[in-house]
Amino acid sequence: MAVYVLIENRYNKIKNPSFESLSAAKKLAEKFSTDNIAILFGEAENSSELGKYGADKVIKVNTGSDLVSRDVIIDAVYEILSNDSDFKALFASATSFGKDIIPGISARFKKGIAQDITELFYDSDPIMIKRPVFAGKAFEVIKFTDFPYFITTRPNVFKKAEYNSSGEIKEIEKSVSPDSLKTTLKEMKSTGSGQIELTEANVIVSGGRGMKGPENFKIIEDLAALLNAAVGASRAAVDEGWIDHQHQVGQTGKTVSPTVYIACGISGAIQHLAGMSSSKYIIAINKDPDAPIFKVADLGIVADLFKVVPALTEELKKVLNK
Amino acid sequence: MKIGICVKRVPDTETRPKVASDGKTFDLSEAKYVISPYDEFGIEEALKLKEANGGEVVLISLDSSGDVSVIRNGLAMGADRAIIVEGDGERDPYETAVVLSDVLKEENFDMVFFGKQGVGHDYQQVPSIVAEIMNLPMISVVVELKVEGDTVTAVREIEGGEEVVEAKLPVLISAQKGLNVPRYPSLRGIMAAKRKPVDKKSPNYSSEKLSWEVEKVELPPPRKAGKIVEGEVEDQVKEIVKFLSEEVKII
Repeated sequence: MAVYVLIENRYNKIKNPSFESLSAAKKLAEKFSTDNIAILFGEAENSSELGKYGADKVIKVNTGSDLVSRDVIIDAVYEILSNDSDFKALFASATSFGKDIIPGISARFKKGIAQDITELFYDSDPIMIKRPVFAGKAFEVIKFTDFPYFITTRPNVFKKAEYNSSGEIKEIEKSVSPDSLKTTLKEMKSTGSGQIELTEANVIVSGGRGMKGPENFKIIEDLAALLNAAVGASRAAVDEGWIDHQHQVGQTGKTVSPTVYIACGISGAIQHLAGMSSSKYIIAINKDPDAPIFKVADLGIVADLFKVVPALTEELKKVLNK
Repeated sequence: MKIGICVKRVPDTETRPKVASDGKTFDLSEAKYVISPYDEFGIEEALKLKEANGGEVVLISLDSSGDVSVIRNGLAMGADRAIIVEGDGERDPYETAVVLSDVLKEENFDMVFFGKQGVGHDYQQVPSIVAEIMNLPMISVVVELKVEGDTVTAVREIEGGEEVVEAKLPVLISAQKGLNVPRYPSLRGIMAAKRKPVDKKSPNYSSEKLSWEVEKVELPPPRKAGKIVEGEVEDQVKEIVKFLSEEVKII
């Protein structure tokens, strides 16, 4: 009996949302008085932190390659779980990786999965979770009817906690014959290295239709760089082709929950508000005093963003001595 | 090339869901229904593949509404026919996947498309479960696709990057925004869609136990409008800096 967590390892580094998921799973494992077991594929420079954030044991799967195809992961995790006739739950973070792999595994147990959860009610019996629907315009609370539970946790919502568990590593080998693979992962490419990922960002600076053109996103990027922030955009800006879809916040884009969201030239369509309303603080800069974004903003600046944003960047440089 | 696309009839993205009187479902009586936006990227890609290679494009939908008009929009875009499995309302994603797999097995497609998620419930798992049930290679959140002979090369979106994945036909693809720009139906397409075949089937639901039950649904707490600052740029900038340092506490 145990709780398991599938760890995302990119470029030999464990991603932060995996630690958040690990800590969330540890709390459930404690409730069931059982072990929290991390499953890691390949070498990761920060694998020693798995114990720190709640892994009682680590199963390290060696496949002989850094490019591990999804079939290999699904097979290997399924084998591990099948050897535990009473496993309670499988967790991962709700990233492109987790949301793809976990339902592949849950399917073999003839189960659906609770994707992208934002709350886990540890004290309810049976266990209940909360997850956003309609991209965050509403929530559903669901109760699991049967073990095992399959769960992905939304990044930046669950906090990683220091448990300083043993994190003892057990290595297993998984031989892969390339001919038997259904899909082959050929390459992993990092786009915009050094950029902060939207869903993991503490601060987001976002631009909308008011940016007027792709060349003007430079002022958003400058402010973002200073605040260690990710760059976001509204659907209008993406559909105009000013910025890549990876940056889109809102329905048909990403749902984000940073500490502060700075919306520049974004009017605040319902689809956009759905994706960013769970931000802790919202600052809006827009020249239209009637823009709906001001109805949700903690601080609303009625002004021309082309004047305010560069001036703000200059002022922050002084304040931060940069 | 025979291509299937699983599509879902959903409330459009303008919809403001309200909690229904049972507290467990949403009142969507004022919603306008559409094909889930991510599915449209799948339809467009399938139509492009048909234009390049010939073949057939088939829409498959599990739906309990009795409203065929939404699915006809997909036929108006250019799909050749549709199969509607008349279900009995919203089901567990595993059950949905079993029902869709039954149809896909009968049809024997070279390629199967899904949208990466159905707008609304945002379950984001039916394509992965179908791939497992059917033992198909699957590539999810695809933003670029190339088919040469029986080899499929796809670029899938990951946080801060991309993965390039290769597979052999038949293959299952889940489509992400960025893959293409879906066409609007032409007037001619709309007229032609009226005569295209729509087959109706009954589902064989799985007898497996449900994964979960909905306990309740709720709306997020409403946000309140805060302070509005007009006037000089210099003062406005100071106000933002003060807010970032005293309220947000990040500087």
